[in-house]
Amino acid sequence: MQLPILSILVFFPVLGAVLLGILDRKNHVLLKQVTLGISLAEFVFSLPLWFRFDSQTAAMQFVERYNWLPQYGISYYVGIDGFSLLLIMLSTFLTPICVLATWTDINHRVKEFMICLLTLMAGMLGVFVSLDLFLFYVFWEVMLIPMYLLIGIWGNPARRVYAAIKFFLFTMFGSVLMLVAILVLYFYAGKATGTYTFDLLKLYGLNIPFHLQFWMFLAFGLAFAIKVPMFPFHTWLPDAHTEAPTVGSVILAAVLLKMGTYGFLRFNMPLFPQAAHYFVPLFSILAVIGIVYGALVSMVQKDLKRLVAFSSVSHLGFVMLGLFTFTMPGVQGGIIQMINHGLSTGALFLIVGMIYERRHTRMIADFGGLSTPMPIYATIFMIVTLSSIGLPGLNGFVGEFLILLGAFKTNMLYAIVAATGVIFAACYMLWMFQRVMFGQVTSEKNKELKDLSCREIAIFVPLLLFIVWIGIYPSTFLDKTKASTENFLALMEKAKSTQVSLSHGDKGEAR
Amino acid sequence: MTLTIPTFNLESIGPWITLSIFAIAILLADALSPKGNRAAAPVLAMAGLAMAGLQTVFCLWGRSGMDFARMVYVDNFSFFFYMIFILGTGLTVLLSLQYLKDYDKNLAEYYALLLFATVGMMIMAASSHLIMIFLGLEIMSIAVYVLAGLFRDDARSNEAALKYLLLGAFASAFLLFGMAMLYGAAGGTLFLSELPGRLAGGFKPLTLLAIALLVVGFGFKVASVPFHMWTPDVYEGAPTSVTAFMAVGVKAAAFAAFARVFFLAFPALQPDWTMVLWVLAVATMTLGNIVAIAQTNIKRMLAYSSIAHAGYLLVAIIAANQLGAVSLMYYLLAYTLMNLGAFGVVILVGRKKDSYLSIYDYAGLGAQHPVLAATMALFMFALAGIPPTAGFVGKFYIFSAAVQAGYIWLAIIGVMNSVISVYYYLRITVLMYMKPAEADLGPITFAPGLTATLLLTALGVMLIGVFPGFIYNLAVNSAKVFPGL
Repeated sequence: MQLPILSILVFFPVLGAVLLGILDRKNHVLLKQVTLGISLAEFVFSLPLWFRFDSQTAAMQFVERYNWLPQYGISYYVGIDGFSLLLIMLSTFLTPICVLATWTDINHRVKEFMICLLTLMAGMLGVFVSLDLFLFYVFWEVMLIPMYLLIGIWGNPARRVYAAIKFFLFTMFGSVLMLVAILVLYFYAGKATGTYTFDLLKLYGLNIPFHLQFWMFLAFGLAFAIKVPMFPFHTWLPDAHTEAPTVGSVILAAVLLKMGTYGFLRFNMPLFPQAAHYFVPLFSILAVIGIVYGALVSMVQKDLKRLVAFSSVSHLGFVMLGLFTFTMPGVQGGIIQMINHGLSTGALFLIVGMIYERRHTRMIADFGGLSTPMPIYATIFMIVTLSSIGLPGLNGFVGEFLILLGAFKTNMLYAIVAATGVIFAACYMLWMFQRVMFGQVTSEKNKELKDLSCREIAIFVPLLLFIVWIGIYPSTFLDKTKASTENFLALMEKAKSTQVSLSHGDKGEAR
Repeated sequence: MTLTIPTFNLESIGPWITLSIFAIAILLADALSPKGNRAAAPVLAMAGLAMAGLQTVFCLWGRSGMDFARMVYVDNFSFFFYMIFILGTGLTVLLSLQYLKDYDKNLAEYYALLLFATVGMMIMAASSHLIMIFLGLEIMSIAVYVLAGLFRDDARSNEAALKYLLLGAFASAFLLFGMAMLYGAAGGTLFLSELPGRLAGGFKPLTLLAIALLVVGFGFKVASVPFHMWTPDVYEGAPTSVTAFMAVGVKAAAFAAFARVFFLAFPALQPDWTMVLWVLAVATMTLGNIVAIAQTNIKRMLAYSSIAHAGYLLVAIIAANQLGAVSLMYYLLAYTLMNLGAFGVVILVGRKKDSYLSIYDYAGLGAQHPVLAATMALFMFALAGIPPTAGFVGKFYIFSAAVQAGYIWLAIIGVMNSVISVYYYLRITVLMYMKPAEADLGPITFAPGLTATLLLTALGVMLIGVFPGFIYNLAVNSAKVFPGL
């Protein structure tokens, strides 16, 4: 009898949230300590996944399956492969860091904040482990509520409500269309095969007529594209990021956005492979536009956090470009880039958050010469900046290089345009860094700034460790996803060779 | 001349009899007890409901057939609705205690009327003859007209009652007229089971006219656009506990009869009525949701929200398949729980004589009464259809039914509407959690009845949301009475 590790991972935070519910709301330190303990325990629980994961096989591992609504073909069905493994590890790894980062940042309604954080965690992990479409949809939606509350309650007073509602409505808009597509798929598969089921693996490899694939791909794709966010559905992101509290931004950037890219990889492409091939040009072009557009818009931002937010649009464009190459380096690069973005951008948001906590401003113009009063801060900031722009030896390089390699194989034009994004990234990041950190200390207030405390350094140490590790020896991580990627590519290749009937056969069924 | 008295079994209508007896007993007890002592009425009402519930579950559940000269269906579809009505009425009684005391209106006849209305609903759900449906409708409606005007020294309550009465009378007339037409078209029968055979063959304008008039009649009772005009005013003016009762009980009863008539009597004419209902459903959802956004009175907002929910429920009827019937039942149960819960919070926050009914009175509730706010947030998320609540599962079933029947566009419009609805439901959570209180909210008295209602409904909403299997099975079992679907 194997331990149900995945269920423990998903439901332990919920239990933790209940525990927090009965603690004294006035005792902030205790609340934070308990949450830290829970999130550390969660990380420890997730370690066996990493060490006992069999990277030779693409089959789902640590599978658990219980009937939930058997009459409907709905089951509680969870399991992971290489793709989900990395993202789960990223989530459990970042959560204790986030809790540490709230130590001095969050001072009102601490109890509710921690409860939201833990429920959010449960939702995120649930999304990554679900292998049943219904279960997946439930987690996908559940996770909206705590994130919405995080932005809306603890965000920046001026526009937090606007940002929170915008976030909720955008995501909801995409996901309800996905729900309809899930239902269409469910009934189609039921009619075609005779068994009505939401089991994802059984739905893979169905021979769905192209016109159905077309619409379902778009419906799923819209939900995920909004989440990623791809150009032109990205407009919620800068608002949500800018208004969210630091930790909210970190989780949003590091994990929530990955749900979009993960959704493409796990659901959209394998379920509707022919449509995926058909849409390669559209999505690649949108990805490339996102890369360049995100970079250019970042360059003109006056607000540090908004700059980082737009850089996310650019980075996620790389991920999407990589995934849509359907080549080994492209897809693997895309996955590793998801992790990289989680680490680097997460770290950047923490860095911005720390300076905001000290100065209560994020305007680039208010800073200058910070490296003099804050040398440690400057060093860490430098490393993270370099990682974000893809300096060889740090993690960003590996991801971007692999993606461009994949893109070069399939379509040189995309690769060339996307590569300019790397150059732009160097421009906006380094220029920002120069304006904030170097030169004379222009403002009196900046002279007295305290350098990082031990707690703050402790937050960055693990992040930096992995930034360097991935940069120097990415094989540790690439090996884990290799089998899954091969399997995925084989599936996509098979679909390409299958004759697709482009005729719009029985189209009269939609009323 | 010999008169044959058909044989009948009183047990088949046990719950009706129980509730009627208890209602009369309440009135008698009030007349005989010393003035001012009204404690007995709610207790008797609860006892009656409990007994009717037990009868339904232990004596009736699982039976099938007809009784009383084929006038009454004895089947699980009726019984499922009996349980919804009993639950709705029971929770309404719990909601009312403190509320009525504040108004000094804790009258015995209130509880008697509630029970009589429930009997009317049960008749509607169980009747196999159109005249029986009409009888049930009138028994229910007249009781509710009176309830709406319970606060007779309050102008708004009077307005609500009068409006409801006048428009309701119109709607009843339409319904009755439709039945008369149908009687002519079918050549002299109003038995639901006989209608399809008699109506078959040929194009009959009279039949279509009859169906149109029935749609008007039922459309009025379920508050579907364009027969919804009364809803906001009546919901706002009526005592809040009565509003809650109307929103769940009356709607559920009307939908039970609606579904039974259209599924049993007119399956062959489906192409004719589907298109009409399609348009009505879309209009109902869209108008309800969009206008709800503009409301600042919480009762009006919930009124428009209930219009929107009527639109979702119409989708289940349009789907006209087994799953549609199942989803209708499941959704009405879920809706009963979440809506009564929401109205419970409205009563609690409204306090002495409904002084706090603006949505802005909810500002800062999250900080001052975290548990109450969390409960309200739960109901709002449930009404918006966010998992893992019963509201989500209900919507999931309804839209599944629509997709299964091939109405993909209807499903798309439906889900888009739930996105719109998210906006105004979220606004309540925004106010509760993200806005500072405009003034100190002051103490909120947690009356035991209200607290129990909130506890039960919140638990119920979560429980049947996370474990929908049990209710789903019951509903599937009940939907078997429509073999044609």
